Amino acid sequence: MIHLPVISSAKDRDFQLAENPPTEDYHEQLEQLEKDGEIIIQRVPEPYIEVKTKFGRIKKIPVEKTWHHKSCGQCGHIPGYSTSIFWLNRQLGLDYLDPKDQTSCTAWNYYASATSNPEAQAAVAIRNFASAFETGYFPIIHCGTSFGHYKEVRQALIHYPELRDKVRKIMAKLGKKLVIPEEIVHYSEWVYAMRDRIKERQVVDMSHITATVHPACHYHKLIEEDAIYTPEIYGAQRTAIITGVLEKLGINVADYSTWFDCCGFGFRHILVSRDFSRSFSVQRKIEVMIEEANPDLTVTHDTGCVTTLDQSQFAAKAHGKKVGLPVLADSQVAALAMGAHPYKVLQLHWHNTDNTRFLAKLGMDPDEKWAEFEKSVARLQDGSKQFLTWEDVE
Amino acid sequence: MMALDLSYNKYADVSLDEKERLLEEVKADMRYQDHALYGCYECGICVAACPSARFYDFSPRVIAQAAAREDADLVYTLMNDSIWDCSQCFSCDRCPRHNSPGMLITIMREVAVRNGLGTAKAALEGYGRIIYKIMSTGTQVSPDMLQPNAFPDWGGHVHEIAENLDIWRRALPPETLHTTETGWEISDKTIIELYLIWHMTGVMDMIQEIDEGLYDILVDVMEERLEEAGYDDVSF
Repeated sequence: MIHLPVISSAKDRDFQLAENPPTEDYHEQLEQLEKDGEIIIQRVPEPYIEVKTKFGRIKKIPVEKTWHHKSCGQCGHIPGYSTSIFWLNRQLGLDYLDPKDQTSCTAWNYYASATSNPEAQAAVAIRNFASAFETGYFPIIHCGTSFGHYKEVRQALIHYPELRDKVRKIMAKLGKKLVIPEEIVHYSEWVYAMRDRIKERQVVDMSHITATVHPACHYHKLIEEDAIYTPEIYGAQRTAIITGVLEKLGINVADYSTWFDCCGFGFRHILVSRDFSRSFSVQRKIEVMIEEANPDLTVTHDTGCVTTLDQSQFAAKAHGKKVGLPVLADSQVAALAMGAHPYKVLQLHWHNTDNTRFLAKLGMDPDEKWAEFEKSVARLQDGSKQFLTWEDVE
Repeated sequence: MMALDLSYNKYADVSLDEKERLLEEVKADMRYQDHALYGCYECGICVAACPSARFYDFSPRVIAQAAAREDADLVYTLMNDSIWDCSQCFSCDRCPRHNSPGMLITIMREVAVRNGLGTAKAALEGYGRIIYKIMSTGTQVSPDMLQPNAFPDWGGHVHEIAENLDIWRRALPPETLHTTETGWEISDKTIIELYLIWHMTGVMDMIQEIDEGLYDILVDVMEERLEEAGYDDVSF
């Protein structure tokens, strides 16, 4: 397969924001709907950090009082991903809520099988938002697809009065209100907004590390206007999240020509048609990253991307492909920089591609770290503890 | 790569009336006119950005064109033989005409499912366990789905996870993550509310259309819990 070479560095190009944003401002539309008595807006709690989005508008990122809308794929198959997000909050001394009154957004299934419809999808979203509102904590979305889908739901609710009516009736049956948050916030935006505080607590030197970045499609392509951009990162031609965090931690972020390509997840494909996911992930992403940038790891910020980029490398190795690139989420890298345990917190044993060389490059002894984890687990096996708790890993 | 047959011969036995009825159902979707399709420059940017176009005989441009021309024959062919190849990544949203072929395909898939097309059933063959999981438990994938026979191409590490599943889940510090059958612990009240949403929005009817057996299982599971929660009648 032929890849176009990187002919000029994206970092050198200049980007000017358009004077008139090409999209409607959802803030104004939500405000109007609230004035008309149609919806309740859950406002971003103080304190918040202001960032700029693709078309130069301000987005508020809450610092704390966050209601963590968890991800099926992260919690189910890469649980160190969400654990690292919670760990960061705890280490920074921030108030957060990990709710049980939360369902999946169900969008993975919707994009895979279409066995749902706009009414159901909006009702699931608003049920979760209303639950967050009832607690007083502000929703922060862990999954890139949940984030993308909830933006779609917000857009549909803004534009279709009949959909609002239907959802309002459904919520009334459940004893809930039609609540839409002032901002739909992805956890990686929170990590980005908190990067200075994370840097202050960095204890692991990462200045000799090179990483590539894969931005998730449903973060920056699906309803693109919510995504964070800044002239300091790739001249605002690419989203600033992940890269902004890694650069703050001293990591060299290397460019590669297929950065815009998706990971190959495909929703339906990763579950029942994985030959496509494997081929795309390896041939269009992993091999290109290794050939062009030779990084120590690749970092992304979504459930499907970590899964596909990581798990696809096993079969590719058997075919002699150029693979073996560790795949981590930005929350895991940030936690690692702050001294989190690679197995007790990052839970790297749930990842597939060998990451021990990367840990060794950071000055850690992977065998020693694994032995520490096993020692903790032994207490569960001998019955002296039922669960490990935060006190066991902090 | 299997070539896509666009000759109109493959579905000649299906009447034009039926094909036009399905096209009208696509066009009647509220998202169709407002956000999915405005026209097409034929520039091919959507195809260049599309992952599926690289590995299948698949083109978001052809789908957008067929819909824009209201070519019921071609839309029917694509609705059967092409739309399930889409990755739903929405890379095609970079269309300079502001089309969303990805959204158009979402709508076409919904129509295919609602009408029980045989090709939709075939595309979702083997996927029923996922629908069951998300609809009955509220999380799409669960730790106990990591079994070597389900993911043989992910290697021995899946076997290791399956062997240590219970203990590794209990080693997770967040207390909501100690589950093995769901991604996280979900309260009973939350699940009941989800079941009510499925019933109130016609999703159960869609499942019945696409997979009668799965529908029966879901009804059994839901009925019991809904009755326990005091919902004897869910015909809203």
